[in-house]
Amino acid sequence: MSDKTLTRMDLADAVHGQVGLSRNESADLVETVLTHISDALVRGEQVKISSFGTFATRDKAARVGRNPKTGEEVPISPRRVLTFRPSHLMKDRVAAGNKP
Amino acid sequence: MIRSELIQKIADENPHLTQREVERIVNTVFEEIVTALSAGNRVELRGFGAFSVKKRDGRTGRNPRTGETVEVEEKHVPFFKTGKLLRDRLNGDS
Repeated sequence: MSDKTLTRMDLADAVHGQVGLSRNESADLVETVLTHISDALVRGEQVKISSFGTFATRDKAARVGRNPKTGEEVPISPRRVLTFRPSHLMKDRVAAGNKP
Repeated sequence: MIRSELIQKIADENPHLTQREVERIVNTVFEEIVTALSAGNRVELRGFGAFSVKKRDGRTGRNPRTGETVEVEEKHVPFFKTGKLLRDRLNGDS
């Protein structure tokens, strides 16, 4: 198992190689994909990408938390969190690729 | 929003690209992420989030219906952590 970290640049390189657009435009398009997904989530929509997974937001109620170091109680305000549920296909491919 | 709607939006904004090209661009982005995770790599997209692989240890499970014990092998699962900027945006902080 290798331990590389890919970034936007690697995704842009892949788009550049697959579609033959300039590196610059490829990078812009990768950004556009991420922006559209983010904007939809901010609007409260679910984003469902077949054979990849589903991004969805959940509303969390306010609760009283505790600083684990000091034991002090701190209020935690209500918040919206993002969850990602990988598709079966993604889970299967990740499991198969990382088999010991 | 589903994959085809995402493709349509990007195609509408980029009239110089064909629908087929936009399809390949969008598919390549997702395919690269899955390929990276399958190879045990991470994908870090600052501001958006990071995809990584987590190891789940093997354990002795139980069939809830029959009560029979089964050995569940160690496995690796995909994981996504939301980036700070997106998390803040979801809460109306920017």
